[in-house]
Amino acid sequence: MSDVVERTLTALPSLLSSDPSPGRPSSTSKLGTLIRGITELTSKHDEEKLIQRELVSIKEQVSSPNTTMRQMKELMVRAVYCEMLGYEASFSYIHAIKLAQQGTALDKRVGYLAVSLFLNESHELLLLLVNTVLKDLQSTNLIEVCMALTVVGQVFPKDMIPAILPMVEEKLNHPKEIIRRKAVLALYKFYLIAPNQVQHIHSKFRKALCDKDPGVMSASLHIYLEMVTEKPESYKDLVVSFVTILKQVVGGKLPIDFNYHSVPAPWLQIQLLRILSLLGKNDRSTSEMMYEVLDESLRRAEMNHNITYAILFECVKTIYTIHPKAELLEKAAKCIGNFVLSPKINLKYLGLKALTYVVQQDANLALQHQMTIIECLDHADLIIKRETLELLFRITNGQNVKVIVEKLLEFLRHSKDDYVTIDLGGKVTELAEKYAPDNSWFIRTMNTVFLLVGDQMQPDIPNSFLRLLSEGFESAEEDQQLRLLAVDSYVSLLQEQPARLPQRFLQVISWVLGEYSSVKEGLEPATVLRLLAPLLDLRHCSSETKSWVLAAMTKLSAGPACLSVAQELAERHGGSLDTTLRQRLHELQHLASDGELLRRVLPCSDGLEPLEVDSTLSFLDGFVSEALAAGAAPYKPPHQRQEELAQEKALSVEPYGLSLPLSLSSSSIAGRLSPTVLSMSSGLSGNSTELSPKGGALRLEGVTRVWGKEGYLAKAALKPEEAAKTEVPCPLSVLQEGGSAPRTPVVSLPAPAPGPSLQAEREKQQLASCLFMGLGSQGAAGPCLMGKAEPTRHGFRKKVKGQGSSSGARGPSGDSASSSPSPLSAQSAMDNLLCSSPLDSGSTPSPADSAPSPADSAPSPADSATSPADPAPHLPHDLPANNRPCDAQEDLTEDTDTSETVVEGNSVAVVDPYDPEPLCLSPHLPEELCGLPRSEIRPLCRDASLVLSACCVRTDHSSLLVVFVSNASDSAARRFALQMTSGDLEVSRVRGGPEEEEEHVEGHSVAVYQYSLVPTRPSVHMELAGRASYQRPDGEPQSTPFSYGLSLPDFIRPLSVSTEEYGRLWLASSNDIKQNLALLSQEPDPLRATLHRLRDRLQLNVVDIIASEGIVACQLLQGPPCLMHCRLNAGCLAVWLRSSLPELPDCLLYHCQRALAQH
Amino acid sequence: MVRYFKKIMHFLLLFSRQGRLRLQKWFTPTPEREKKKIIRDMTAMVLARKPKTCNFLHWMDLKVVYKRYASLFFCLAIDDQENELLALEILHRYVELLDKYFGNVCELDIIFNFEKAYFILDEFLIGGEVQETSKQTVARCIEASDMLQEVKHTHTLAHMLIL
Repeated sequence: MSDVVERTLTALPSLLSSDPSPGRPSSTSKLGTLIRGITELTSKHDEEKLIQRELVSIKEQVSSPNTTMRQMKELMVRAVYCEMLGYEASFSYIHAIKLAQQGTALDKRVGYLAVSLFLNESHELLLLLVNTVLKDLQSTNLIEVCMALTVVGQVFPKDMIPAILPMVEEKLNHPKEIIRRKAVLALYKFYLIAPNQVQHIHSKFRKALCDKDPGVMSASLHIYLEMVTEKPESYKDLVVSFVTILKQVVGGKLPIDFNYHSVPAPWLQIQLLRILSLLGKNDRSTSEMMYEVLDESLRRAEMNHNITYAILFECVKTIYTIHPKAELLEKAAKCIGNFVLSPKINLKYLGLKALTYVVQQDANLALQHQMTIIECLDHADLIIKRETLELLFRITNGQNVKVIVEKLLEFLRHSKDDYVTIDLGGKVTELAEKYAPDNSWFIRTMNTVFLLVGDQMQPDIPNSFLRLLSEGFESAEEDQQLRLLAVDSYVSLLQEQPARLPQRFLQVISWVLGEYSSVKEGLEPATVLRLLAPLLDLRHCSSETKSWVLAAMTKLSAGPACLSVAQELAERHGGSLDTTLRQRLHELQHLASDGELLRRVLPCSDGLEPLEVDSTLSFLDGFVSEALAAGAAPYKPPHQRQEELAQEKALSVEPYGLSLPLSLSSSSIAGRLSPTVLSMSSGLSGNSTELSPKGGALRLEGVTRVWGKEGYLAKAALKPEEAAKTEVPCPLSVLQEGGSAPRTPVVSLPAPAPGPSLQAEREKQQLASCLFMGLGSQGAAGPCLMGKAEPTRHGFRKKVKGQGSSSGARGPSGDSASSSPSPLSAQSAMDNLLCSSPLDSGSTPSPADSAPSPADSAPSPADSATSPADPAPHLPHDLPANNRPCDAQEDLTEDTDTSETVVEGNSVAVVDPYDPEPLCLSPHLPEELCGLPRSEIRPLCRDASLVLSACCVRTDHSSLLVVFVSNASDSAARRFALQMTSGDLEVSRVRGGPEEEEEHVEGHSVAVYQYSLVPTRPSVHMELAGRASYQRPDGEPQSTPFSYGLSLPDFIRPLSVSTEEYGRLWLASSNDIKQNLALLSQEPDPLRATLHRLRDRLQLNVVDIIASEGIVACQLLQGPPCLMHCRLNAGCLAVWLRSSLPELPDCLLYHCQRALAQH
Repeated sequence: MVRYFKKIMHFLLLFSRQGRLRLQKWFTPTPEREKKKIIRDMTAMVLARKPKTCNFLHWMDLKVVYKRYASLFFCLAIDDQENELLALEILHRYVELLDKYFGNVCELDIIFNFEKAYFILDEFLIGGEVQETSKQTVARCIEASDMLQEVKHTHTLAHMLIL
């Protein structure tokens, strides 16, 4: 086929002069004239003139009232053409929308096309399209529906999704597969831009997965891939289905129409392989289910065509991602070998990519292809070369680091692409820090990086380099040697050609010389000052760099010789317009003349004692408690603020003073903590209290440099020096944060200090980078590829403490982080760090992640609960008799739609408009459960003979799920079994022996099963997935899936405590949130009425109500208590929830809001 | 490029050997200035490629897969994690679809009927994902819509085709 196309295309040498064949749409139209006109022109200038003329004429015509829709269509096509040539035609956007709205179907199509080409999601004009889309979705003309769905799948304003969502959902049941497919894709789009909006239709996605049309099914896989990436553990039950589908596809069971070059549905296969690799990662039992089909896929893909190689590549990736199986690994390795050795360059490229992917698990593979890799390293194609370097980067260890870094630097020298330069610079730095064989090599390499990468460098590279120098390694002697080497090389660099050095490098040089030039014997401070001084004269030297230079000079400015240099400088630059520069100069001059002051302000650091940073900012505790006492609102962690914003509640500006908890505590805890300390610990977001185990004890020892014993105020006079000091990046950058904290409104509500949470994040990253470090050194144990066998020397690693920003962002799998260019400010470095945490990037399968650890291979409880024997929903067109799962799914969907229960009195009543025949099952409720509060009995699923329903009964100490199995047929359902699993709940059968016991359900009878449910962790809604299986009389096994939704109140029990006990519990709970709730204000006693509403609906215990305050307590079933303090405040109910379980207050608050919102 | 969310494909460009743009489709929201830069970079990079080099390129953190069909270059940017060979076949399938619709497609067809080329593309890819891989289905769908253009009000006929 491709040959045909190429031949026909090449057969037309002078395309533009030849006339298109008569059958084709005419090119004599106005568009044709325009196009021909343009091609005849030779200069860009003429073209511009012509297009401008054209645009003017289009503009005239579109705004004329006499233009018909048909003409409008033609005009739009021309406008699109002009935009494609790069000329703006924004005046036509509104007309494109009008065309889509008013035109007949044929004009509409062009209107929609123009809209999708002109506008992007955020364009405000798109709002005008919403009504048109709505109308077309309701059209009886299928093609109009298709057009509307197509445009929705491409551009649609996020905020307007709710307006059309029901209609798109409805289309999932459309009889025509093309409509269903487009609806699924539109929902996929919604899922991507607003996942919360489509939360409730997850079960409909399942139905789409079971669709009898393979097109619809494969469209649903897009959504599944996304959802599985996000939360693989929730979709383990679908593994069997995915495997079955893949098996059928590979086995050629799909219509031949889906073949691509006689390979069955390759896109579908690859999509499934990706989903499987995500599901099987670190999960042995799940992986075992896939081995067979993966083997089959490898075997079937033999044909010599690109598409089969694409499938093979994906197969190999999956095999190396999931729990390993030796036999498959061997086949996959062979496959990679074929790629690498292939003479086809595209395959070679893919082979290198695959090698890079697997090499951390199987370093031998790289060894096998050693020669090919070396060949590729000198390949004429830079892309191949770059990919090879990527591979080398992954296999670097202590022995080969010199060779590999040399190769990387060589590429770097010739690279013209900024992006590549930054990326490789980061990689070289990482390798140098990790594996440097000796100090002088390290300094040399880093010098080269600073010179080559220059000022585009990511700011964390100089930062971490300086931190490394200042914090040192295991031995003090080595540290001194390293510093000496650095000083030596910088002195000689400055003596040569300082003008050529990039800014970043100059800053590094200044800092190092300022701190460590004393290490070199015989190097007079004045000499260094004279070396640094000319830098201030450099024209390209930025004001920031000048500050660094001056800061360094200030540190060195002891002695009369220095004073003269300082004075000289002051004379030269004293008239500078840059005020910072002038201020620095003044400081320099002042300090140079007053040796004692200098020693006090800038104590000479020998670098052996790394600065202790008080990460909890506990030195601010006094300030915080004062502010709180003065009525400031306590700090809220960011997630909570976001949540509140999401709920679109206006932020409360009303100060929320301490009242009840404090007054309570005064009786019970006096003497343990002072009231101010109490308020402080609650105000500091919990982070602070958790981090400093002593709670209120202030830790001041680490912060003497800036926050001396004299205190903050006593040093106020020295503030300029401190500011100068904080310019110094690394060890002090944290301090800088701390230092600025008192001035930022730590305790004012809208802008809480980022300090504590950032710090926690950073600690997480340190942990992550430690993990990566371990993996890196594992590579060192592997074979030595090219380097000669030197004794491994891993001493050249930073101390764990110092790794913060640098390696966290540049772990072996964090490439995306290091490769994204970022502005060079310190703040952006921080941002980067946060969003590129290796923890976050867990979704991208990286070799490091996929290395199976022994701990991971143990199946998690949730997995083991999923029985491997679960029958799968099959492709229905293959098994025409079995449409049941789908039907059941449909029922389920409706169930979950209405699972938002209306709580009445003590029982949960469900309004279920879909229930066709109200069930009279309550008489079957076991005697001992009668009279207990329970939810309405809801149907779970039904098939020809059985109807399953269930309700949730609350006893004091447990929540029971009672499942009624009514058999309406004449014959018994034999070997009946129920299996239930849930990610959020622990499910255990209460009566009738082990869960797997097989029983019979006689005809015309009702069997009752009881399950005890215990939440493993609180969440707002909990889902229970289950499957009923039995044998029909004819021996045919039958199985029906179902699901049951529960919510937190099902597991909340009142907690009866006295007011004193409440006070004690309150202090013992650490996780708190605050919120303003709506008050039932029309009641005579709003507070009491509101609290009683909460009590009735959520089973809370109202412990006490005193004046305008109330305290409420409850308990999670078999879990910790949750306490709530309520206070009337400006027409709202200000509530403060606390629990020892972090998620519990959040979830409970959600239900409180709901309970009060329903009337 | 601002990354809103993960997408398989980011943009598709068709340009001639002279670097003249014939078709552009952006699957991720991209500011106009950035678009112009990308188009400039892409044409320059792809046209500078020597023969016997691979069909892949790096651009920022994206992979660019390109292929030349006669005088036209098809150029598709995908995620770094994506499968380059598969992307190559996406381009090829698009050419096949164009060929089926136009019958022996040539650059002229795409120049003068670019809106048709867009219609076909919209049936094949949507929002940066493969929508339909069956040649027949795409062709049927396009024909059905075209039918509306030829004979107004014969919805029934068009419906018969689409179904």
